[in-house]
Amino acid sequence: MADQNLKKTPLNQVEHELGGKMVDFGGWELPVQFSGILEEHAAVREHAGLFDVSHMGELTVKGPEALALLQRATCNDVSKLENGRAQYTGLLYPTAGFVDDILIYQNAPDDFFVVVNASNSDKDYEWLADAAKGMDVEVRNVSADYAQLALQGPEAERLLQPMTDIALAPMKYYRFGKGKVDGVPAIVSRTGYTGEDGFEVYVAPSEAPRIMRKLLDAGAKPCGLGARDTLRLEAKMALYGNDIDETTTPLEADLSWIVKIDKGDFFGRDVLQRESAEGPRRKLAGFEMVDRGIARHGYPVVDGGEEAGVVTSGTHSPTLKKAIGLAYLPLDKSAPGAEFMVLIRGKETRARVVPTPFYKRAK
Amino acid sequence: MTPEDNRYAKSHEYVHPEAGDLVIIGITDYAQKELGDVVFVELPPVGSELELGDEFGSIESVKAVSELFSPVSGQVVEINEALNDKPELVNTDPYGDGWMMKIKLTIPEEVDEMMTAEEYEEYVEKESAH
Repeated sequence: MADQNLKKTPLNQVEHELGGKMVDFGGWELPVQFSGILEEHAAVREHAGLFDVSHMGELTVKGPEALALLQRATCNDVSKLENGRAQYTGLLYPTAGFVDDILIYQNAPDDFFVVVNASNSDKDYEWLADAAKGMDVEVRNVSADYAQLALQGPEAERLLQPMTDIALAPMKYYRFGKGKVDGVPAIVSRTGYTGEDGFEVYVAPSEAPRIMRKLLDAGAKPCGLGARDTLRLEAKMALYGNDIDETTTPLEADLSWIVKIDKGDFFGRDVLQRESAEGPRRKLAGFEMVDRGIARHGYPVVDGGEEAGVVTSGTHSPTLKKAIGLAYLPLDKSAPGAEFMVLIRGKETRARVVPTPFYKRAK
Repeated sequence: MTPEDNRYAKSHEYVHPEAGDLVIIGITDYAQKELGDVVFVELPPVGSELELGDEFGSIESVKAVSELFSPVSGQVVEINEALNDKPELVNTDPYGDGWMMKIKLTIPEEVDEMMTAEEYEEYVEKESAH
């Protein structure tokens, strides 16, 4: 399985030693699982799991017009950020399609740290750098400077606190701090992609293997991409390339909470303004299978024999023990309770729209 | 580890001789490990006539779906109903309680053409090395 052409994260060797089942994930060799998806999933919901997300990209946007650039390039209102806070948003094309979905961390009003999807990092950098032309702002791709570990689960704070001088208890969701983790400079944010409490830790690549081992020794369970996908889907967090891409708008993707039409001009604003007035043509809805079977990415949704939409994500939900998924449906058929058919290997199989997220942690 | 009395297909199903023309079909330990946690097994109705190579069902693990191919020709005389409620038996006991269906062979010679345990182990070794 060791493919010479695949990119490797700084944690690759540790993952091999831990018996990770390695796969090609968008050009990166990453573990899909260690002990098993169900077990890893449960560890995150009940205790703490550790994910290598070092493949994610990081950009910096600095300068007097940093805020102006990000306001123009994204749909959420970056001016609402404060130092030490993070924001989920969409980097959009003028068509309102997604260049990427990203996290913006504000260090200072003229200094932002942007976390992007691995496979999009070069594209995002080029898009932002291009949009920055003529503006007093510098965009840099600093992906190679960071390894990223995601420690997720109700015990995350208890495991991480002894290793860091950053006070975790007072840190609220979507806040971050800078300090040390295991004696080396780190950024720690209370963020994640699992629907569970937890932290994302950014450190220099050379420091990451030691920190990973210490967190595992402290009791975190190593988790792979498989559990990451079932966890994020239960929490209805979008996956770029599956649920959203350059052909889908944030309103179609049911992400109206990140669309701030009134913040001023930005790429895709006119399209979103129209969609928000008239309603988007289709909407991403959560569903459960009524008949037996699992609807997977790309399976067609049919209505009266006609293709009416498409499944973008689907899996067996380990927490709910049901087959769940997300699908683009016609707007008038996307409300909870609506039933539709998914073509699973040629067979029409019944599904029902349900309220989302599928899973919400108890506060 | 690989039971000696079974025969094996390249598509990772095994055939276990039961009595006379009756055989039991399931997937191998290697196959269940490759699939990961199995959550749903779709099997054909009892009475179905299968030919060698026919797709007879599918198996869903958390991460993916795989088709199941019949390694022999014959009629389905029984399916393992226990997999409806406990599909994980395919993971925990692939050669025992995780069996899938019982078939009455129409061409018993097909079984002789399949790999022995030793041949299958060599085959798997090669396949997992590439």
